[in-house]
Amino acid sequence: MADLETFREETRAWLEANCPPSMRTPMGSEDDAVWGGRNYQFKNPEAKLWLERMGAKGWTAPMWPAAYGGGGLSNDENRVLQSEMRRIHARAPLFSFGIWMLGPVLLEYANEEQKKEYLPKIVRGEIRWCQGYSEPGAGSDLAGLQTKCEDKGDHWLINGQKVWTSYANYADWCFCLVRTDTSVKHEGISFVLIDMTTPGVETRPIKLISGSSPFCETFFTDVKIPKEQMVGRLNGGWEIAKRLLMYERTNISGFGSNTRVDVIDLARDHVGLESGKLADADLRTRIATHKMAERAYALTTARAQEEAKAGANVSHMASMFKVAGATLNQERCELMVEAAGNRGLGWSGEGFAPEELAVTRSWLRSKGNSIEGGTTEVNLNVVAKRVLGLRDTQ
Amino acid sequence: MTFTLNEEQKLLKDAARDFCSEQAPVSRLRKERDAKKNGRDPELWREMAQMGWAGILIPEELGGAALGYVGLGVVLEESGRTLAPSPLLSTAMIGASALMLAGSDAQRAEWSPKIAAGDVICALAVDEGAHHAPAKTALKFASGKLSGEKKYVADGHIADLIIVAAGDSLYLVRADAAGLTRRELTTVDSRGAADLKFDGVAADKLGSAPVDAVLDRARIGLAAEMLGQAQAAFEMTSEYLKTRKQFGQVIGGFQSLQHRAAKMFTELELTRSCVYAALDALDRNAENIAEYASLAKARAGDTLHLVSNECVQMHGGIGMTDEHDAGLYLKRARVAEALYGGAGFHRDRYAALLGF
Repeated sequence: MADLETFREETRAWLEANCPPSMRTPMGSEDDAVWGGRNYQFKNPEAKLWLERMGAKGWTAPMWPAAYGGGGLSNDENRVLQSEMRRIHARAPLFSFGIWMLGPVLLEYANEEQKKEYLPKIVRGEIRWCQGYSEPGAGSDLAGLQTKCEDKGDHWLINGQKVWTSYANYADWCFCLVRTDTSVKHEGISFVLIDMTTPGVETRPIKLISGSSPFCETFFTDVKIPKEQMVGRLNGGWEIAKRLLMYERTNISGFGSNTRVDVIDLARDHVGLESGKLADADLRTRIATHKMAERAYALTTARAQEEAKAGANVSHMASMFKVAGATLNQERCELMVEAAGNRGLGWSGEGFAPEELAVTRSWLRSKGNSIEGGTTEVNLNVVAKRVLGLRDTQ
Repeated sequence: MTFTLNEEQKLLKDAARDFCSEQAPVSRLRKERDAKKNGRDPELWREMAQMGWAGILIPEELGGAALGYVGLGVVLEESGRTLAPSPLLSTAMIGASALMLAGSDAQRAEWSPKIAAGDVICALAVDEGAHHAPAKTALKFASGKLSGEKKYVADGHIADLIIVAAGDSLYLVRADAAGLTRRELTTVDSRGAADLKFDGVAADKLGSAPVDAVLDRARIGLAAEMLGQAQAAFEMTSEYLKTRKQFGQVIGGFQSLQHRAAKMFTELELTRSCVYAALDALDRNAENIAEYASLAKARAGDTLHLVSNECVQMHGGIGMTDEHDAGLYLKRARVAEALYGGAGFHRDRYAALLGF
């Protein structure tokens, strides 16, 4: 424990000296998130400095081994780091699919050369990744994917189309599921890494109901990639795919928890209080129910972390958290729009404040929460089958 | 905050699970109901007291075990699993905590050892109308005497010592005091209760306990019991889904039932965290116990409501029969949901505590 205290003091001093002032303020909008990558345009030079400093220490991925550029911290040390960062309201230096999704499976499934090649660049935010999973004909039934990957002796040849590829138009590389055997379903899938600048790769953004375009269609036409860019064994990609989804689900379920405006404050401002109670009794009850569910969710996350620390395997809970987290965020967004009244029904222009427009846009964006990363229905299947043991035949 | 049980609490929980499944399975409640015992089972209560449960909250120097609220909570949860008919909540949780919170030295010295030994059963008399409304009591205390009425007092028909809420204070009343009349109620959960009439009954003021502080302990303890009930009803249902066959397959293979089961599981996990956090908050003497209490009671109420209904529905026709246990869980569920405030009451209170 004395060691941990020393670590806390050192961490505090280092953060004090290295976290630039503007990186200690709340993010104004999602645009302030730093995603890194070859062509990234930093809006703020201090954000660049902060990423470089944290990346050099490996603290963008605090618990990855130092040999691959990570921080090499223990669970307890990481907890100290996170609490010290919260203490000074430090922003996350990097938002990264590489850190949240790809890195953990590379650590588990990649060979030594691949780990040495890709992990340090992820830590430093030099390479921005996108996820090539869904296809027009393979959504919930992901294993039905058809993007073809052929063995051409000294290289792989890839042809096909992916969809819902988040930020593919900004990404440097893509981790991608491809079909390497058409005679079987799950056992014919492999996991490959593709440089997005390879000839034959094309992306096209998809405009969503919220007006933003976080997703793309991605096309592969006679794309040649080196043999070394397959992770794990040939036709062994489905296991990796599922493991990665688990990380993704845990990650999506955490969205929305760092909210800017609280729904209670919004309701107070736009609905008003009568004798200390929200004037709309029906809305008040629904907000109270939602607040209780939010608290219950936070407590359950804390409990799962405590149980994981005590050595329990809680990985099977990812689907439960994904469903509950998505539901909560959607409920919250609906309540925000309702509480804001007509102030939450603007689309653009000066007639509405930016935070009012954000309420509308976030609400529309939240509809994707129960679809992306496995629909609520698919995740309920996972809970029923894997956690509760309910199957077609017993 | 912690959710992890220590060794002592784990042992207590395991012992409670064994005891309840062997000595107080659901069949015990059923047998007593058929014999019209109306919640009277002095033998079971004596055995529970011998296990040390009556005095879990009481300090060792007063004859108790001093194992704290989490300790008592896990026992209440286990007793809820089998619907064990006992005054554990009224006595070990409410009676003991009221004395510890607000009793004078003399009151504690007089009652605590008797509670710990299982010689005295307590009951909390709070509501006077059809709904939980602790802020609206008409019962009057003047010149050392209480006058008025209390309704549907849980364990009121078997209690030796009644803790009565009047205005901002609590009073101790002996069940055999002159001027107190009890009308025994036969209730849907077969546990019984009593309407009480006070006609100038001698009462002993219980220190200066805020009524809410004692009520919050009642709510959290009851939420623990309800968690056990909901968990057991869910497990029974889930087991049935794996064995009942229709259309040539087990019905648990049908997606509509799988999804509803997965949702129940999620609600149970969320509620479990709230209940354990609330028990832990009591042991830590946290500042916002009222918030934890309303959170735990409302969530436990909603979850138990859902699970007890689904338990009947997913069992189909057999779930409607008296022979099956589903009905016993459903009946106890509604009594527990209403007692010390339903989900609606606690949502309103939670909103007020959060300032809207």
